[in-house]
Amino acid sequence: MNGLWLPVAAPDFFAQVAPWFMALPHCKTLGLELVTAGRGKVTLKLPFKAALIGNPETRVLHGGVVTSLIDTASGISLYTLLDQPEAAATLDLRIDYLRPAKPDLPLYCTAECYRLTDSIAFMRATAYQADPDKPIAHSVSTFARMATTKESA
Amino acid sequence: MAEGIACFANLNEALDQIPYAKLLGIQAIEQNGRPAFYLPFAEHNIGNVLLPAIHGGVIGGFLENAAVLHLMWAQESTGIPRVIDFSIDYLRSAKALDLHARCEIVRQGKRVANVLMTAWQEDESKPVATARAHFLLS
Repeated sequence: MNGLWLPVAAPDFFAQVAPWFMALPHCKTLGLELVTAGRGKVTLKLPFKAALIGNPETRVLHGGVVTSLIDTASGISLYTLLDQPEAAATLDLRIDYLRPAKPDLPLYCTAECYRLTDSIAFMRATAYQADPDKPIAHSVSTFARMATTKESA
Repeated sequence: MAEGIACFANLNEALDQIPYAKLLGIQAIEQNGRPAFYLPFAEHNIGNVLLPAIHGGVIGGFLENAAVLHLMWAQESTGIPRVIDFSIDYLRSAKALDLHARCEIVRQGKRVANVLMTAWQEDESKPVATARAHFLLS
């Protein structure tokens, strides 16, 4: 992922869809927040909460929390490229856990939709804490775009 | 948990100490002498309000947690295995219903284990997701 970016494809549409995602029950349970969005890319923030710990001895975040964060960020990155609602479903998601997430720090995830076809979206994502050069996890995933009724097309 | 967690009461005791497992509501049950995992439906696990469907991350977390507990049960250890990589295939959308899971240890070496996981709802022959993961054993 390079550092160059463009605004989201349809700012008004994205401004509606992003809060809708953040308000989904499990996203609210986790406390996900949208940090920034550009064309094909989003960054989400997961504030640290004791309820999200996976190992009570080390207080490291549960891998499932990282999975939810990455799945959500990857899914939302699709909508930075669209100008109208459509459904998408995760087909597969692979995560490499590079180092444990430190307790008491927020976890960020930057996800990128780097290839979009009529039926499939291909994503990659990185989760990190204070230092983006020391990522917590890397992920690649694919999403199926659901056929939509093209009333407005 | 001095005597390890090879009995099912101890599996649930271990689950009780994992905050995120408690948050989701994961339970361990005995099925034919092996552990099976159960996630009762909860509104806070929804990820798509239109369908409605359970959040894909919840299914991933449920399966990863199931694999961790299954390994602890098989090893009779209290050390928590650490996930190295996790790969999940979503086969069907998970409806607003209970989830079930079971795991299979494909290979367990001295340091690393490979585990397969399957999640289903009403019909075990129609899984909603399958996953595989590697764990570093402690």
